[in-house]
Amino acid sequence: MNHTETNAIEVLKLVKRFGDFVAVKDVSFAVHTGEIFGLLGPNGAGKTTLIRMMTTLTPPTSGTAVVAGHDVITDPDGVRHAIGVIPQALTSDPELTARENVLIHAKLYGLSSAQRQKLIPQLLESVGLTEFADKLVGSFSGGMRRRLEIARGLVHSPKILFLDEPTTGLDPVSRTAVWEMINKLKESASLTILLTTHYMDEADRLCDRIAIVDHGQLVALDTPIKLKDSVPGTDIVEAEFGNPPADWNATLEKLAGVASVTSSDGVTHIASNNGPLTVRELMDLARDRGVAVRHVSVQGTTLDDVFLYYTGRQLRDAATETVKYDTNHLYK
Amino acid sequence: MKLQRISAIIERDMRKFFRSPALMMSSMIFPLMQLIVLGYAFGGKIKGIKVAVVDQDHSTASRDIRQRFDAVMAGPRTLEIQDYSSLSDAVVDLRTGFVRAVVYIPPEYSRRVEQGNRPRIAFIEDNTDNFVTSEVLIRMQSLVQDLNQGLNPFQPGQRLSVPTPRLNPLIDLQVVELYPYIEYIKYLLSGSIAMSIFIVAMIGGGITFIDDKSRGLHEGYLVTPIKKSELILGLIFSGAIKGLMAGTTITIIGGLIAGIDRLWDPVRLLYLGIVLGTTSVAMISFMFLLMVRVSDPLVPRAMFGVLNTLLYFPSGAIYPVEGFPPWLRWISYIDPFTYAVHALKALLLKNTGFEGIYTDVFVLLGFSFLLVGLSVAFFKRQI
Repeated sequence: MNHTETNAIEVLKLVKRFGDFVAVKDVSFAVHTGEIFGLLGPNGAGKTTLIRMMTTLTPPTSGTAVVAGHDVITDPDGVRHAIGVIPQALTSDPELTARENVLIHAKLYGLSSAQRQKLIPQLLESVGLTEFADKLVGSFSGGMRRRLEIARGLVHSPKILFLDEPTTGLDPVSRTAVWEMINKLKESASLTILLTTHYMDEADRLCDRIAIVDHGQLVALDTPIKLKDSVPGTDIVEAEFGNPPADWNATLEKLAGVASVTSSDGVTHIASNNGPLTVRELMDLARDRGVAVRHVSVQGTTLDDVFLYYTGRQLRDAATETVKYDTNHLYK
Repeated sequence: MKLQRISAIIERDMRKFFRSPALMMSSMIFPLMQLIVLGYAFGGKIKGIKVAVVDQDHSTASRDIRQRFDAVMAGPRTLEIQDYSSLSDAVVDLRTGFVRAVVYIPPEYSRRVEQGNRPRIAFIEDNTDNFVTSEVLIRMQSLVQDLNQGLNPFQPGQRLSVPTPRLNPLIDLQVVELYPYIEYIKYLLSGSIAMSIFIVAMIGGGITFIDDKSRGLHEGYLVTPIKKSELILGLIFSGAIKGLMAGTTITIIGGLIAGIDRLWDPVRLLYLGIVLGTTSVAMISFMFLLMVRVSDPLVPRAMFGVLNTLLYFPSGAIYPVEGFPPWLRWISYIDPFTYAVHALKALLLKNTGFEGIYTDVFVLLGFSFLLVGLSVAFFKRQI
């Protein structure tokens, strides 16, 4: 894959091993200039490792990435000048004020005094922290710190902004505030944003394109709409049954409008082209066969369904599985 | 009250304890190390004290004295004799700390011995270290007593081949103290100043550095274009500035409390600044090298006591290095504390000027360059 003007990031066969554990397995994708690109996957899927390799924090075992035209292996300094990074951990200094945090970073990027005096108040204003500019960051909420870190990451006007799980650990109000900020950034500048998340709604709401990552592999990549379209059926019927017979899923597949049937964690997911009709037939069938219906609901296809379709698991199940899998190598 | 819950808490704590080498080290190894280091650092028999002998008499009688010194060197090895031809050269080296005492045998010594005309030997001592000078003085007094009694104390029953001086009148040992009486608080002050810098290095270079690392704050800096040498030098110089501030404060307050004469002498203050600055850089570099690959916040806390014992006590801050066994002397040679304490004593107790501290300053600078180089080499720019 050759770097083109339209691609802000090109990831080329990236592999990362930690001993025997392979955290990232031969991943390739491209992020277009100006888009918000999401890496969606459960904890431990390899998202943070991927983002760390793209931001020069972790050396790849093999493969490379070209970020803003600079190779992460041969020109890491070029990459660092072109990107802003908001790591997953809160990295703002709690013993400094908001203004001082941004000031130190501005100096690290070599901004002149005049540029600093002009930019820092603007950035703090843009993240709604002007009145807290001279307060110690230690007194800030998680949401305020995250907003400050976004401002700090933008101080040198980067071409690409990396956000690693920007809303993890934030309360719903702070999450919404961070989302609004990211949307504002998208509108205001020709900034390319790559974010990782394990929240489906976040990816759905913010991202132009989404790459689904699971067990260190890229399993799907497209726009949220196309990803949802790729799941058979337009509706998802979710049902729980009391005493289903062994051939129950096969029987359900014969109902009107049904495209596919999967079960996970005691819940049956029926992809259907006509949700209400499928529910009506399902209820009739259950009554005839003496199967108890504990719960039934119909909804449009979500990214949860997309994840289930591509990985065979729901994101919440994958999270617990993968975390266990991911940390095993640490105890060897 | 449920026994199972109590045992669950015990199990939790024991599992954590056995998985933390830092905790185990601080609780088990540290007391043992303190026992060994302190046990050998105090009250050891002082050996190898450098004494200048200026023999301007060049007679059989003066050579007899020299031979008796040689016997002390070969026997109990308390003294290490160095011959000087000029008294002024010997006194310069005494002032700068290269020798601890000067024995001066004047030109008329043998004539006076022959004439029985109160022969005199001068003993000029660097009385800034009472442990050392009292040991040398005891040897000198014993030697003069032997001369007066015409006995050889190291080979009882045997007569020396050289003729012993006449006994009447007795040889007079004139003791000259180079400095006014030095109280122990003044002796301790240099160690306390070095300790203040060490504490700043330990907190800034150790505890805060690892805490920031474990809190993820470093990741925020590592994504910027900063080079690892820039990051290390920035951290070292900020630590050194803090160390210099702490050292200066303790020098002034401690100097006033201990009653150091002419504390505000601007030239000495300048030299003190040089010593405090180089000591700060050396200590913070030392701490960075130790911590450069550490990520567990418990480690620097656990190491605090160990390093304190291992660096402070072997430095000669509270007892002279000459009293240590060889292995402890080796620790003192690679301990930046030793050079800091020596230079601070030279300035505060003897006001030697630059000639008394330049060796220490250059050693501390060399030490710093080496440690900074190693820290940069070992620092991992990537996660």
